Amino acid sequence: MKKYTFTEKKDTRSGFGAGLLEAGQRNDKVVALCADLIGSLKMEAFIKAFPERFTQVGIAEANMIGMAAGMTIGGYIPFTGTFANFSTGRVYDQIRQSVAYSNKNVKICASHAGLTLGEDGATHQILEDIGLMKMLPGMTVINPCDYNQTKAATIAIADYEGPVYLRFGRPVVPIFTAADQKFEIGKAWIVNEGKDVTIVATGHLVWEAIKAGEILAEMGIDAEIINIHTIKPLDEAAILKSVAKTRCVVSAEEHNRLGGLGDSIAQVLVKHDPIPMEYVAVNDSFGESGTPDQLMKKYGLDDAHIVAAVQKVLQRKGK
Amino acid sequence: MNVQALSNIAAQVRRDIVRMVHQSQSGHPGGSLGCTDYFVALYFQIMKRNPTFTMDGIGEDLFFLSNGHISPVWYSVLARAGYFPVSELATFRKLNSRLQGHPTTHEHLPGVRIASGSLGQGLSVAIGAAHAKKLNKDPQLVFSLHGDGELQEGQIWEAAMFAAHNKVDNLISTVDYNGQQIDGPTEKVLSLGNLHAKWEAFGWDVMEINGNDMQAVVNGLEEAKSRTGKGKPVMILMHTNMGHGVDFMMGTHKWHGAAPNDEQLAAALAQLISTEKDY
Repeated sequence: MKKYTFTEKKDTRSGFGAGLLEAGQRNDKVVALCADLIGSLKMEAFIKAFPERFTQVGIAEANMIGMAAGMTIGGYIPFTGTFANFSTGRVYDQIRQSVAYSNKNVKICASHAGLTLGEDGATHQILEDIGLMKMLPGMTVINPCDYNQTKAATIAIADYEGPVYLRFGRPVVPIFTAADQKFEIGKAWIVNEGKDVTIVATGHLVWEAIKAGEILAEMGIDAEIINIHTIKPLDEAAILKSVAKTRCVVSAEEHNRLGGLGDSIAQVLVKHDPIPMEYVAVNDSFGESGTPDQLMKKYGLDDAHIVAAVQKVLQRKGK
Repeated sequence: MNVQALSNIAAQVRRDIVRMVHQSQSGHPGGSLGCTDYFVALYFQIMKRNPTFTMDGIGEDLFFLSNGHISPVWYSVLARAGYFPVSELATFRKLNSRLQGHPTTHEHLPGVRIASGSLGQGLSVAIGAAHAKKLNKDPQLVFSLHGDGELQEGQIWEAAMFAAHNKVDNLISTVDYNGQQIDGPTEKVLSLGNLHAKWEAFGWDVMEINGNDMQAVVNGLEEAKSRTGKGKPVMILMHTNMGHGVDFMMGTHKWHGAAPNDEQLAAALAQLISTEKDY
């Protein structure tokens, strides 16, 4: 198992804030809109640097999405910012018609995704957003795993022409990817090469997968760990190449078991290479109040649950 | 262009509308006929338009149709104004057409900049485009049209609040105030109350005009233009008859989304003189 260490923890939303500032410095067409959550989305630095390129829309997310679509018509690249719940479910029809169907160059940037939003509870903990967004034709869906990757992804989507859903989170998590990484949309990152099982993880679950890989290594199990940051378009080739070797898969995501990364992988396997697969995901339920760590444990999204899923899938493979 | 010339184009557009809806046996003739004078005045007299269509529309006035179901009138006017061949009107709502039931950019129809149909979204889009014009230091205006029933959508009022607060004063929005929606008169379905007072209370500069008198429409739009740049978005409450120009389609919600049969088509066309060639 390749050794991953960290010296600092930061929230992925801060990576977004830093990436937004840099994207704004690189391209004067980058603009930002926010629905009364500037601090939560870490947009202060962008606003300070480019006050005229920022629009405060108030608590009116539908109007924000429509306005962003309208601003693309004048050649701008709008980044909208609010919580993942209000970035997707609340404005699904606005995104569907005014952004996706109209193929507008809007970047929907969503913080506080998933259970790790924590104490605010299930009203705010969306676990369905990846599914909602990936079902829209033409929508790119990205869920980076740490501060550096989120920053790099934010800069990369400004250069990409087309609608993007960028999902990140609230809690501080280890920074274990390179600060100078080049972010390639749609390209998987092989975190660790192994031969016994493929663990495909996205977002906050990548660090959990690394911890699980270390536990598995002590048990004599050699896990290949793949980071899928771009859920759509999915790097099918990387997954198929890995499973050709390992012959079993565990997916890991902070999302409902229905409609997330796991389902996308399962579809690839069913079509090309049907082999045993287990999901690490929320089992079709809402969340609740609690600390991020408590919730990840209770809802089965930590390293221990990945280890258990690997043991189960290895058993199935052995039969 | 004088008012008579505009009225002549409007008569032809009304023929196009009933023929298109008849041909596909679907579509929305009522609101289309009611707003024909507005569309003709806008495209042939009021808006500054570039000779070729570009998505960003830099240096020209922009128009957004929020109540996308009245696509027949927009398609006819776009074709008559030269955005695409008039003959293409025959493909309305047919398979493989650029003239989808509701307007889209998906098939790259010149003149259309956003999809509409699901109601309540167009005002936000227009405000975004108007804001972009200001950022681009582009002095041209943005126009948008909305149904009155559409004002029952909450997003409209989010947008209304934003536009006033942010002094979006390069925007002229119009409401097709015909008092009808699919299930009946708006007064019965969900009363709009005092619309004039509502838009004023939201901080807009509000005008009311007769939308079925070409001179009144032209004068109203010119007046609206003179009110731009003064710190407030401009709202025109445009009183129209749904189905205007075809006597048996007028003033009833029954022709909101119904197609005429062969006899009704003949009766309608007998009331509308062809001034340019039919498509």
